[in-house]
Amino acid sequence: MAQGVCVITEFREGAFRRVSFEVASEGRKLADALGEGLTAIAPGAGVEAAAPELGNYGVDKVYVADDPRLKDYLAELYVPVIADILQKISPKVVLVAASVDGKDLSARLAARLGAGLATDCTQLKVEAGALKAKRPLYAGKAFAWYEWAPGALPQMASCRPNVMDCRIPDPSKKAVVEKAAVSLPGATKSQVSALQKDAKGKIDLTEAQIIVSGGRGMKGPENYAMLEELANVLGGTVGASRAAVDAGWRPHSDQVGQTGKVVTPNLYIACGISGAIQHLAGMGSSKFIVAVNRDPEAPIFTKADYGVVEDLFQFLPVFTEEVKKLKSTC
Amino acid sequence: MNVVVLLKQVPDTETVIRIEADGKSIVTKDIKWIINPYDEYAVEAALRLKDKKGATVTILSVGPQRAVEAIRTALAMGADRGMLVDDPATEGSDALGKARILAAALSGMAFDLILCGHRAVDDDENQVGIMVAELLGVPHLALAVALEVEDGKVKVDRPIEGAKVALQAALPAMVTFGGSHAVWNPRYASLPGIMKAKKKPLDVKKLGDIGLAAGQVGAGAAKVKVTAMEMPPQRKAGRVLPGDTAAKAKELVRLLHDEAKLI
Repeated sequence: MAQGVCVITEFREGAFRRVSFEVASEGRKLADALGEGLTAIAPGAGVEAAAPELGNYGVDKVYVADDPRLKDYLAELYVPVIADILQKISPKVVLVAASVDGKDLSARLAARLGAGLATDCTQLKVEAGALKAKRPLYAGKAFAWYEWAPGALPQMASCRPNVMDCRIPDPSKKAVVEKAAVSLPGATKSQVSALQKDAKGKIDLTEAQIIVSGGRGMKGPENYAMLEELANVLGGTVGASRAAVDAGWRPHSDQVGQTGKVVTPNLYIACGISGAIQHLAGMGSSKFIVAVNRDPEAPIFTKADYGVVEDLFQFLPVFTEEVKKLKSTC
Repeated sequence: MNVVVLLKQVPDTETVIRIEADGKSIVTKDIKWIINPYDEYAVEAALRLKDKKGATVTILSVGPQRAVEAIRTALAMGADRGMLVDDPATEGSDALGKARILAAALSGMAFDLILCGHRAVDDDENQVGIMVAELLGVPHLALAVALEVEDGKVKVDRPIEGAKVALQAALPAMVTFGGSHAVWNPRYASLPGIMKAKKKPLDVKKLGDIGLAAGQVGAGAAKVKVTAMEMPPQRKAGRVLPGDTAAKAKELVRLLHDEAKLI
């Protein structure tokens, strides 16, 4: 009989990704609500030594699939390994991070298991022993609650990064580790041929705590240096509106909106962005929003907690200096 | 080479979303329908393969009668033929159900490459394309921002958090598309293209035509379903900061530090 909650972790460059701790924390919450245990499946290369750490976030037991060929994510290798372990432990609920690889993995895994999957959830709860999930539609213009059909197991969901509360790690708690037998196919139809790290070490928008974003009002690509500087001082990352990406000022990976990335940072500073509806959908769930725009009628101000009606070229350098002053005193 | 593009018709991204009286669907009256932008990038990539390698491009969609318009638009861009699965029994399908319908339709077609958006900008599920690949037993490469086909292989670039991954797969394979309008720059339908599109074959099929029974997909077969919809929480009216530049800058720093405790 299916029992308990199981989270699938992401392990990259010798460490679990933060989002895996968020998912483990959420898994603990659901396991407690069910009155059942929390397991984890940890695929990766060299993951065994790190696995007990998952206990800090509430995981009782970790099944590690440790193999050099699992160093980089590839669906064709990850899915069969994880599906095998899931069939053995038969959990009621499976949680995955709604990261780039997590979205990829969860879809293929759900199809293999014949399971129902709710992607990119922002809220999960247990009611009458069953999972309920809330997730955004239309990039956040609306939200929907999902339920699973009776007997449809496992109930699979992926958790949007930066939204679920991460537990304060308890270093005294270590997870029990069990090495899973890993039998990988000899030859695969698909391969990772190269992985090139971003030279600047830029934090991805979907996982950033602070985003400084620029739109058409930036007037040209050269002016984004101002935003880079502010983002640097704040420990954040730079985003852009579709207008700025379409103009070729910024790379596609910076685009925030219904086409582009949907973001939920603690702080979103919109500079020279008027606030087209598709942009507002993509950043409207940010915890705090600051808008800097010359036009007091710009729709972005309807979403902003703090509005600065001013020429951004005049305001941003002064504001950046003020932030620097603050940072130097605390 | 045979390329099939899976295409979904979705509300324009400018659409203001309102919830229907049933509380679990949206008001569709007065919506302008478009090709899902990520699927449109897939159409463009398919047409580039047609231009370079003489591929035959088929457009496949599941949806109501209005979806014909989206398929015709793709035909006007240059695709060769279309198929729409239009059957009331498909309604209420979850992602796996939609994938079953598409996979069943694809089983009756020749394909070397299946292309589609990594997500549709209505449900934002990020599931259907990859599930189709699983059901057909072909490899998938997701979130492509660059694509090349040579020597029986498809190669893509895939952005992940903090890195770019180069992946390849042997054909037949599925590729889902990421990137942006600026990356793929999909072509517009030309006037002669629009005229030609009217004569291109577009088959409309029922579930039975593709070998599925009504109960295998649709609401009854769904493992997961929407039970309620709600609007996002209204944001409180914000504060517009007074004073000159220096005063605003000081006040904003103070608010972010003392009140919001973010910096």
